[in-house]
Amino acid sequence: MIELAFLILFPAIVAFLLLAFKNGQVRNVVVKIAAGLIGLATIILLITYFSSGLVLFSVHLETAAEIMFVISLLIAGFILYLGIKQRKYLAVILVTIQTLMFIGIEGWLAKDVQQVSNLFIDQFSLIMAAIVGIIGTLICVYALAYMETYHAHHPEIPDRQNVFFFMVFVFLAAMFGLIFSNNLLWVYFFWEITTLASFILIGYSKTSESTNNAFLALEMNLLGGIAFAGAIIYLLIADPTGSLLGIEQLLSSGQALALVPAVLISFAGITKAALMPFSSWLVGAMVAPTPVSALLHSSTMVKAGVYIIVRFAPVLSGTTEGLIIGLVGGFTFLLGSAIAISQSNAKKVLAYSTIANLGLIVACAGVGTYKLVWAAILLIIFHAIAKSLLFLCVGTVEHQIGSRNIEDMSGLIVRMPKVAVMMLVGIAGMFLAPFGMLISKWVAIEAFIEAQFGLIFVAILAFGGSITVFFWSKWMGKIISVDPHVTREADTLKSEKRVVLYILAGLTVLICLIFPLISSSLIEPFVLSVYGQTARLSQDNIIIMAMMLFLLMIMPFSMLLPRNGARKVPPYMGGRPASSDMKFLGSMGVTRDVTLSNYYLNDLFGESRLLMAGTALGFGLILLAMIVLVGMIL
Amino acid sequence: MMSPVYGLIYILLAPIAGGLVAGIDRKITARMQGRVGPPLLQPFYDVGKLFEKENLVVTRSQDLYALCYLVFMLVAGALFFAGGDLLLVIFAFTLSHIFLVLGAYASSSPYSFIGAERELIQIIAYEPMIILSAVGMYMVTASFFVSDIVVSSIPIVLYLPGVFIGFLMVLTIKLRKSPFDLSTSHHAHQEIVKGVTTEFTGPNLGKIEIAHWYEYVFLLGFIFLFFAFSLPIALLAIVVAYFLEILIDNTFSRVKWQFTLKSAWIIAGMLGLINLAVLYYLSGGLQA
Amino acid sequence: MTYLKRSPWIIHYDASSCNGCDIEVLACLTPMYDVERFGIVNTGNPKHADIFVVTGSINEQNREVVKNIYEQMPDPKVVVAVGICAASGGVFRECYNVSGGIDKIIPVDVYVPGCAARPESIIDGIVKSLSILEEKRTKMNSPAAKKDTPSGGIQ
Repeated sequence: MIELAFLILFPAIVAFLLLAFKNGQVRNVVVKIAAGLIGLATIILLITYFSSGLVLFSVHLETAAEIMFVISLLIAGFILYLGIKQRKYLAVILVTIQTLMFIGIEGWLAKDVQQVSNLFIDQFSLIMAAIVGIIGTLICVYALAYMETYHAHHPEIPDRQNVFFFMVFVFLAAMFGLIFSNNLLWVYFFWEITTLASFILIGYSKTSESTNNAFLALEMNLLGGIAFAGAIIYLLIADPTGSLLGIEQLLSSGQALALVPAVLISFAGITKAALMPFSSWLVGAMVAPTPVSALLHSSTMVKAGVYIIVRFAPVLSGTTEGLIIGLVGGFTFLLGSAIAISQSNAKKVLAYSTIANLGLIVACAGVGTYKLVWAAILLIIFHAIAKSLLFLCVGTVEHQIGSRNIEDMSGLIVRMPKVAVMMLVGIAGMFLAPFGMLISKWVAIEAFIEAQFGLIFVAILAFGGSITVFFWSKWMGKIISVDPHVTREADTLKSEKRVVLYILAGLTVLICLIFPLISSSLIEPFVLSVYGQTARLSQDNIIIMAMMLFLLMIMPFSMLLPRNGARKVPPYMGGRPASSDMKFLGSMGVTRDVTLSNYYLNDLFGESRLLMAGTALGFGLILLAMIVLVGMIL
Repeated sequence: MMSPVYGLIYILLAPIAGGLVAGIDRKITARMQGRVGPPLLQPFYDVGKLFEKENLVVTRSQDLYALCYLVFMLVAGALFFAGGDLLLVIFAFTLSHIFLVLGAYASSSPYSFIGAERELIQIIAYEPMIILSAVGMYMVTASFFVSDIVVSSIPIVLYLPGVFIGFLMVLTIKLRKSPFDLSTSHHAHQEIVKGVTTEFTGPNLGKIEIAHWYEYVFLLGFIFLFFAFSLPIALLAIVVAYFLEILIDNTFSRVKWQFTLKSAWIIAGMLGLINLAVLYYLSGGLQA
Repeated sequence: MTYLKRSPWIIHYDASSCNGCDIEVLACLTPMYDVERFGIVNTGNPKHADIFVVTGSINEQNREVVKNIYEQMPDPKVVVAVGICAASGGVFRECYNVSGGIDKIIPVDVYVPGCAARPESIIDGIVKSLSILEEKRTKMNSPAAKKDTPSGGIQ
């Protein structure tokens, strides 16, 4: 219990400390110590609770509810003020509606509520806590070095790093709170704080583009927040004593009662996880500094969205609503991956890939059989690690070469070999056997076949999975091409960045090796406790994958073997003699240079067309879900 | 149950079988064209000669990628013949193909670059269909393990006719036969010189060739799975299917990648999906 | 006996030939003469080739190209100059833009005379080059040559 309180409150305290101090060196020290302590506390938490199953905690703090109420009103007021100032009236309307709903809940409906267990922990929370506590803190440390360079490169952006780190640590506290809360009111409170954090951090640079994108994110998340509030209102009307407000209690009360709030909360999860039709806010959020993209918009905040849907998966399982939510996720996976083919901006590729994989997790959760929930949790773990590694690598590369375009990353293995290798590990971790994401997709295919209407999802996975092979491979190809135009860059990587990248790359490989352990100690007991049966990967397959991983790791050492000298020649240019940097004498006696650029298949996979299709499809499905929902309520 | 012995046999004997298949291919092609053709063992002479040549590279990492291509092709095929999980086999094959693509990218040469892009398009063209084939086999035999599918007495191909035709179509892509030999070809198509294999010489090219032989044996084994209920019919099917591929190779010209991608996804994919959907509906859900 | 003799792969280049000899070279691949019987394949990639079949007398435009193709071929390799133009410049020998034979640019191993050279002569020339190829192969592997000196370069 003390660990939970520490993890929720300590980052909040650190946040206010960081807000006060503008001195960079003090900030460095404070962030590093705080990150270390949070990481340590997370590990202690893991060790303490990993075999204890579900544990509920009662927190008798009547004042907690009142504090939350006040903070929520302050935040609402703040957003109202900004919204009016920036003339974003949609945001103003949405926040007003939401605040009114919230006041209604707190002031009227929730007056007689007696909630006993506000906090809880089980294996799933442990996994999420590990992601936030370990990956999140690593990204914080990385951000120290990144933001220094960021402001050096962009002197026109006002240095508000104290606000930046304040918001980041507030966010960490909110994520812990979200994960550990059993009381839906508390979940809702922390949920809204993460929305605020995202809003402020996206708009950090205060350019008009980032302000607009920040408000877009805010509006879509507020929409989700309204649905969440709606779910709470429904629950309080159904049982005014508030006994259904606990997630555990709600889940055990049976499908009939829990379905409507589950769907509404899933809608909130869909907006937070940026599934179609709400994906544009995540793509727009890429204007934020890269640690923000890594922390909020790939490994943690958006995971909160899918986390809550996976929590309610047992409720959604086997229902039409669940199927529709699953389809929203599935088509997001298919279309998101397809759009990623036509993008050359590295962060946009990562954004669409994130959207696609979140869609896959929601597809698993929506259909919700026990095997699929197992696959979904695996996906969450692997995606968080690999994606954060990739974002941080892209951030490092961007600062070094001054561009985030994949075409400019040609020959990265020559320019920045260590970072290039880590990037390769990250990309391989996203789609290659025997790395994690592929294992999860494989498990998902096998699990979908047995589900009702699973064939649609199998088709989506088959086609979508192949599509991901394309855009990841061509990125890999660009990185490993030994481009004669480039030379090795001086190694100016700051130690914070380097250490964090190494740790994350090592974790990516390590988790692939030990995931059977994680599965048997955490995931399987969780699935077992929720569904009464659990899935697991067969022993043979695990051994085979371990062998493959081992083989992959030792193959590069074959280059150290002595060989009877391979002679180097330039590439074949159709007979045209070329200089070593690939300049050749073209027609009309003009010396030409060779440029190689990837296929982007814009006609087939163009963003505008597919995004339109995705938005329409997503919108249609959500509309359908709403109609069914209304039908159920009535 | 999986038996590593068969995997080992595969590793040792498949090059011989694959080389013979390649030799028969060239002989029949020659006869179709009214020529005498090379001796049956010609592919072995070719590979032997390649290992006698000097190793020219643009960058030394090409050696690594060619070796990885061969090694993981071996691993994937051995997994298949040892009776492993069919989906894992497919993904292991994808892994090995990616190494070939990376090898082509590494040299930063225009022709192998285009070859690599086209190879990737080929991969995404055939992969959905192959996954659907594996799914179809699961739906009929209730197991993903090759060891179970092979001993099953159910005539799989009768339940999966659409899937089988779709599979034959993407087999053309996998075997690099006209009209889908976009990225590299064994024949004289020289539009992008040799595509993915342009910058590989001597021993590296030899390794790639041997890896292709391993792949042939795997693909023929996959055809076998459809007919596993009866050995003579299966062997006949393999012979007929491969002959059909050679015939198609000699009668069609190469198409553009747009057509490859669209036809593989729309025709093969839809054939496969409709087949699976009908199967699902008829069997009233799944025998779990 | 090496495998080189059984699987010679050729690359054919037209160095400003009138195309007469080229047509004869390609005729060898047709069913009439069918050199694939000997394992000969016309690969368009010098990196895969053993025998460089050149026709035509070289001019300024393709002088560098011929050198480049020769350098792109891995050892052991032979050059077969087909046609009298390739051997000595033929009727164009005195022209201002013609180098006058392949051996002015790269070392030639076999000359196949004729204008245009007949397929039978071409095949005979290639078969002769095979034994030269084998000699080069043995020399390549001998201890004297096994130092790290690049072979086959041009001065």
